[in-house]
Amino acid sequence: MLKLALPKGSLQGSTAEFLEKAKFGFAEYKESSRSYRPKSKSFPELFSKIFHEKDIAIQVAIGNYDLAICGLDWIQELLVKYHSDAIVKVRKLGYGTRNIFVAQSRFSKQYSIEDIKKQTAVIRIVSEYPNLAEAFALKARLRRFRIIPVWGATDAYPPEHAELAIVSAVSTDDLMEKDLIPIAKILTVNAWLIANRNSMERKDLSSLLERFYTTYLGKDTEGELSISEIDSEDAFEKKVFSDDAVSLAIADGHQQSHTSRFMKEAGIKIKGYRQPPRTRRPVIDFDGMNVKIIRPQDMPLQVANGNFDLAITGTDWLSDQLNQFPSSPVEELVNLGFGRVRIVVVVHKDLPVESTGDLKDLVKSGRIPVLRIATEYTNIADKYACDNHLSPYRVIPSWGATEAFLPEDADVLIENTETGKTLERNNLKIIETLFESTGCLIGNSNSMNDPAKKERMTRFVELIKKGLSAG
Amino acid sequence: MKIPRCKGARDHMPEDMRKYRRIKQAFRSSCESWGYDEIRTPTMEYMHLFTSAGTLTPEMLSRVYSFLDWDGWSGERVVLRPDGTIPVARLYVENMADKPLARLYYIENMFSFEGTGQESRERWQCGVELIGGAEPQGDAELIMLAIEILNKLNIAPINVKISHVGMSKELLENLGVRDHEKEELLRRILAGDTSVFEQIEKPSPDIARFLKLLRNLQGKSLGSLANLKSILPKELNSLSPYMEDLAQIAELLDSIGQDYQIDFTAGEGFEYYTGMVYQFYYNDVLLGNGGRYDELIPLVGGSNVPASGFAIVADRLLPLLDEESIPVVDRVLITSKAGNDEGINKKFEVAALLRDKNFAIEIDMGTKCATNCRWIVTLEEEEELTFTLTDGKNGKSVSGLSIDQLLLKLEGES
Repeated sequence: MLKLALPKGSLQGSTAEFLEKAKFGFAEYKESSRSYRPKSKSFPELFSKIFHEKDIAIQVAIGNYDLAICGLDWIQELLVKYHSDAIVKVRKLGYGTRNIFVAQSRFSKQYSIEDIKKQTAVIRIVSEYPNLAEAFALKARLRRFRIIPVWGATDAYPPEHAELAIVSAVSTDDLMEKDLIPIAKILTVNAWLIANRNSMERKDLSSLLERFYTTYLGKDTEGELSISEIDSEDAFEKKVFSDDAVSLAIADGHQQSHTSRFMKEAGIKIKGYRQPPRTRRPVIDFDGMNVKIIRPQDMPLQVANGNFDLAITGTDWLSDQLNQFPSSPVEELVNLGFGRVRIVVVVHKDLPVESTGDLKDLVKSGRIPVLRIATEYTNIADKYACDNHLSPYRVIPSWGATEAFLPEDADVLIENTETGKTLERNNLKIIETLFESTGCLIGNSNSMNDPAKKERMTRFVELIKKGLSAG
Repeated sequence: MKIPRCKGARDHMPEDMRKYRRIKQAFRSSCESWGYDEIRTPTMEYMHLFTSAGTLTPEMLSRVYSFLDWDGWSGERVVLRPDGTIPVARLYVENMADKPLARLYYIENMFSFEGTGQESRERWQCGVELIGGAEPQGDAELIMLAIEILNKLNIAPINVKISHVGMSKELLENLGVRDHEKEELLRRILAGDTSVFEQIEKPSPDIARFLKLLRNLQGKSLGSLANLKSILPKELNSLSPYMEDLAQIAELLDSIGQDYQIDFTAGEGFEYYTGMVYQFYYNDVLLGNGGRYDELIPLVGGSNVPASGFAIVADRLLPLLDEESIPVVDRVLITSKAGNDEGINKKFEVAALLRDKNFAIEIDMGTKCATNCRWIVTLEEEEELTFTLTDGKNGKSVSGLSIDQLLLKLEGES
């Protein structure tokens, strides 16, 4: 049986169109379809699965999938760090063009790459592509840099919380809209067909490959990381933010409505806090406080490293952070009680396992050679597997749609669930609840050393607590 | 279930370790006798120690083992030491900056990803750094020390390739190569791509002739340097001091009868070299290399202290060591006819006594495997303690020996 991995998210619509042109006959793979295992009419024997784009290259590299369609950025993100020949870049598919830019805030002091190279202070580089960011920093010979890996909302960070952002965008205009000024382009990205090397050498993929080769018209080019500078001197503006304010991070996405409602009930007005966010910098009705909207997953790290003083996130992400960095200077200040979910250990219904104890026995029996745990909470999963001696195990980091990993590409999930219905629908069962997670206000314990900040932070915490008892 | 070792790692078996010990002994004794002191830097260092321009090349940096430490929430990465010299430079600046001269040596493991399976990802290096030593006397001292160590280990003949990064840099500068190209061209020259000299636009036929000779120069004697100097075009006069430095080293190597070769490609992978560089070869095997790095100490925050050093890769010496030359300590196996507790205590007593006399003793554990011990001493079941001594080589035995007789026999034989 041949296996094909397809992207969800930004490439989903264009890939669906391409596959239709190539006459694959995927009825369940469309712009916003939600089926994880679409069937191909033309290739009934083909097993196809939908993954978050970030997960695809690794799935092909480890040999779970023979072929896949994926943006070149995520392929290079893997290859630039892990020199592997397990992935064959088969063909550029001629759609999904975007660029990876090195950008700065419109409000930063202007730098060219040359200026940045001369800097002796730490250059913070925020990116969803930490490996590409590091490769860029090494190639540009930055003297001292730190990579801030994030799940998203990259544009929210510069200039206060990062000097540079490495972002994907179709054009420089898209960046300008987000108050970012590109200073260099490092990669041009298309959708690519990739293959596992072993599959290419040993399996007959010709009938599938044929469809790809007859459908696309154009020339193949190889995209490697190279730095070409962009001069946009005129676009910079003077810095408009004050440094001494307390900075608060609030969440976009699923958590936005909870946070928004809570703040309203607590009588704290935040202008421009919407989902999807039109600005990453809403204005709060609280003196001496700056607010940014970022991903809740990124908040504990951003509070720990001092980028933000306060953040409203979930205890799940706080716990994940503290598992990775036990002495991290981040603490829960107020438990807000909203957005209650359970963090659970999940297996497929067909697996004869009802508890962690059963799972341990199963691993011990040798029937599962290496236990594969797919999760967005990599550090919680690592601790769970370690504490329960589920050895040998591997944690497979996932960027979403984790429930689709079972049963083919993982044995266990560590997931959050509100009602358990999604798990049920995917034929999964819960074998243990690790803890309950709720929204919480977290803070950097070192920020309190600054008397001005301490006063504001204390006042804010009081306000939140009052809101809690009122609600 | 068998758990194999990590990919790219190697196990060192007892016979390997005997060789390692031999290498370390030779290395340590030479270093100490030249007035060097042993140091050890930590296995982990901050990554940014190595990312400054002029330290390691991006190619080498892309193969370091880097990760976030338990307190790495700031994003500060740490690495498993990929190089010996840069940490020593840091150690000097941090702890010894008040000393104008430091002679230091170390035996440390380096980590670097290696995907071909040809070499281990962890290699042991015997390194020497002379911080504050002047050119070219310091370089001469280091080359002589390295040769002494290799000679001690009977690895011969050694071919020394010498070159001068400062000269290559000066040459590129002189030929008007632009700054951002210089780094890349220099890297290519050091990596052995001398066609660079051909590609550069030459301002005059004299210079063209000189570069051609330089490129083809596999100079094995002082004479070839003199020849080169004699046709040095006026425009390239600034190369003259470098050539004099090279000539001094060449003269020195001549005087000790050491083979050498002047080769402009002897410094690959390291950007910190600024002056004389050299490599030590046995046949085609690169055993080690070194050179002058006058800008490294200031680069890691120290004052303007010149420095140079070399390192020998112990792993590459291992297969070259002659098994016979490794001294093996003869061991004595103590066994007894009695299996009771008293017999065991007696075995320990006799073993302690013999160890006091500097014998290496194994005590029989009752396992029935062949022993590789030189002697077997069997406690006899007698009222008065007597022994049978068996020669492990030919199986011949003498019985009824008293302890004094036993000692006499063992000492007489060893």
